[in-house]
Amino acid sequence: MVHGGRIPVETARLENGLRVTMSPDRTVPVVAVNLWYHVGSANERAGRTGFAHLFEHMLFQGSANVGANEHFELVQRAGGTLNGSTWLDRTNYFETVPSHHLELALWLEADRMARLLPAMTQEKLDTQREVVKNERRWTVDNQPYGTWWERLPAACFPEDHPFHHSLIGSMEDLSAASLEDVAAFFRTYYTPDNAVLTIAGDFERDTALLLVERHFGAIPSGGPREPLRGMDVPARFGSWRRELVADNVAVPRVFLACRAPVFGGEGYHVSSLTAGILGTGRGCRLHQSLVRDRQLASVATAFTFDFAKGSDLLIIDATARPGVSADALEAAMADQLDQLRTQGPRQGERERILALTETAFVTGMQTVADRADQLSRFATYLGDPALVNQEVPRYRAVTDTQLRAFADSYLGDDNRVSLVFVPSDGAPVSVS
Amino acid sequence: MSVDNTGVRPIPGPPRPYHFPDFQSVRLSNGVEVIAAPVNRLPVATIRLVIDAGARTESSDEAGVAALTASGLAEGTTRADAATMADEFEQLGGSLSTTATWDATQAATTVLADRFESAFRLLAEVVRTPALPAREINRLREERLAELLELRSEPRGLADERFAGILYQPTSRFSLPEAGSEDTVRELKASRCRTWHERHFVPAAVTVIVCGDVELGRAATVAEEVLGDWMGVAPPPQAVDDSPRNVESAIHLIHRAGAPQTELRLGHVALPRHHPDYYDVVVMNAILGGVFNSRINLNLRERHGYTYGAFSSFEWRRDAGPFSVSTAVATNVTGAAVREAAAELERMKSGPPTDGELALCTSYLEGVFPIRFETTDAIAGALAALRVFRLSEDYFDTYRERIRGVSAEGVMRAARAHLHTRQLQVLAVGDREQIAQGLGELGLGTVSEVPA
Repeated sequence: MVHGGRIPVETARLENGLRVTMSPDRTVPVVAVNLWYHVGSANERAGRTGFAHLFEHMLFQGSANVGANEHFELVQRAGGTLNGSTWLDRTNYFETVPSHHLELALWLEADRMARLLPAMTQEKLDTQREVVKNERRWTVDNQPYGTWWERLPAACFPEDHPFHHSLIGSMEDLSAASLEDVAAFFRTYYTPDNAVLTIAGDFERDTALLLVERHFGAIPSGGPREPLRGMDVPARFGSWRRELVADNVAVPRVFLACRAPVFGGEGYHVSSLTAGILGTGRGCRLHQSLVRDRQLASVATAFTFDFAKGSDLLIIDATARPGVSADALEAAMADQLDQLRTQGPRQGERERILALTETAFVTGMQTVADRADQLSRFATYLGDPALVNQEVPRYRAVTDTQLRAFADSYLGDDNRVSLVFVPSDGAPVSVS
Repeated sequence: MSVDNTGVRPIPGPPRPYHFPDFQSVRLSNGVEVIAAPVNRLPVATIRLVIDAGARTESSDEAGVAALTASGLAEGTTRADAATMADEFEQLGGSLSTTATWDATQAATTVLADRFESAFRLLAEVVRTPALPAREINRLREERLAELLELRSEPRGLADERFAGILYQPTSRFSLPEAGSEDTVRELKASRCRTWHERHFVPAAVTVIVCGDVELGRAATVAEEVLGDWMGVAPPPQAVDDSPRNVESAIHLIHRAGAPQTELRLGHVALPRHHPDYYDVVVMNAILGGVFNSRINLNLRERHGYTYGAFSSFEWRRDAGPFSVSTAVATNVTGAAVREAAAELERMKSGPPTDGELALCTSYLEGVFPIRFETTDAIAGALAALRVFRLSEDYFDTYRERIRGVSAEGVMRAARAHLHTRQLQVLAVGDREQIAQGLGELGLGTVSEVPA
């Protein structure tokens, strides 16, 4: 049960280094198991872009005691839901099951953490390689603006930076991935001391800890891991750079990115509220101005990527109304940044975004899956899952003065990258 | 000496009981029904107003008016303009969501429970006295037209929207997109939205659902205060033509030069939500293309690597909605993927599923039931469906039992009765030069081109 917006958080650590977070809530008989490995596309070596994500697919291809696709089968047969996802600096795996199946979820996660490699075969790798190539076609290559989420990090981080290259990977690099890569990646990164395990929902603490010890306790720690190199970048871009992409799209779309304080760092909450003032909800500046008043955009939003290392990005994303040029749209977006810089927040703007943020935080704790994922996130990035309970107070502590100072120092034209998509009639893909 | 027992699979203990949240309802004297489902897990409340005003009721020449009116609800009332209204909602921490589906219009918000009353008051105002101002309605219309223009370069959405025109009679409202087509939306004006609102937004057509840290008594008191003096008479019910357009298999192609993938839809008009075979069909679809280890996904994704994912679904409406298989496959395997998917439909009809398949899907549907209703918004959504589809009051209490009761024979019968493979329509959005020939050789009918 939640008291005063706080959720219960307890932690433990196994001898092999596995960090365990528990948040009991016995109101509904369901429980979430959520495992974060502190590895993502940033850890890939040259020539292997996309590997961390391909590897995530391989984790559903069985382990010593689990057949190919049996992981899905067993969890769904238990009445559970499951998936995994890969990000630049972490990969997560999660199940929500009726609570009497808690041990099944723990055993499945432990079996693949302890004994993945005996189940790996060339055939499975080849099939998943094709599946991932189709995922790339589906989300990137055959979608209008689909390349934005690899172009934007590439434009915002220098070439040798771990966040620069594509998360989904190039077709060429995906083709090059081998079983030896699978084994090396597994031994280096998929170890208990590089993971956080969270259990949230209907369980009893002591029993759960015993189960965790039983299934994960004997898994050996990993060896030393090379830290990510060259993560630090200047706090601001130092200029306003612009990348123009002619693509098979119907109307222009502009992404405007500013470097911003990392998730969990000094100034993060100010940055996050600023993104909300600009671009969350119907009462935000971008919607009021670009969509409603000036009718330059059909959609205009802003958000932070929430990177926890190097530098975060605050991004404005707007799609032009037919007939509106990319230049006019981009100028209007920049104008919104300038106005916030020179005038600061208006009366009531901070209160509005704070109220929305509080509701989103509490409703986000309603499902055990989301709750567990948040706890894993705070444990992985900040070392303390209980910090989740500081979120609302930290947002509340932000002042108008801080918002104005943030806008002044981060939203200026010395800290912008524009990624501009424009329709190209000569593009290779067109609908007739 | 220790024994390695890591291969021993855990045996589950007994399940803890679960009940769908209790709910109660009262009816105000003007016909508004108020349903409350008190859930006090977290201090939040969802309020959802369900209005019996779905796109199915539109005449074909005004297709899109329900959706446009629903969007327009957020654009101010006779008291407060759009910007003021947005700010008032958001100062309460609530986002206003307004949607129109085939069967209903819904307006909803979720707020911290101590702001429930203020939020309900605003929501009622939005639904009862929207200004539907010409300037904002015109803007929303242009935004919908922009969305339709953008769809031409977005193969997934394009396939979804165009498939309806292939399945249903050209004169049926169901042949056009839910939110209207270019031709119909272009003609919509604010006056049309106001007429629609006046006709359909009447107390007898409204159900209020309150889910969260709020008791029925309080919900009803506030409802009486903000909706009690609302007057109006519900329009007579209307029928929609849900008969299929094509009675023989055919392949339809939307050309997309150089496309690296083909977006595929295979299907036909299926059955209404009220059909007595509902549970058999739900389990049958789970086996065919619902769960991850369904026949279609295992075949197309895990065996052949043709796709990132392939699934099938029955879209439930009051009338006969479509059945469709959806996937996107690499261009060079388009013909093979259609052949495999069509073969899985035939195989589903050829005999009963294995015990393993049946058990996987019934225990999945049964076990996942509480996970579907963790949030106040999800519970309110479920209660909305209860009214929209006029399901029995014990629907949620008997659902799992009904699912458990589905037999292998029932699944086979459902497949034979409700998978119309001889009427199968295939839509492919992809590169004509690379896929047309392969599609033509499948024996699933002739290939004809559809304009984008």
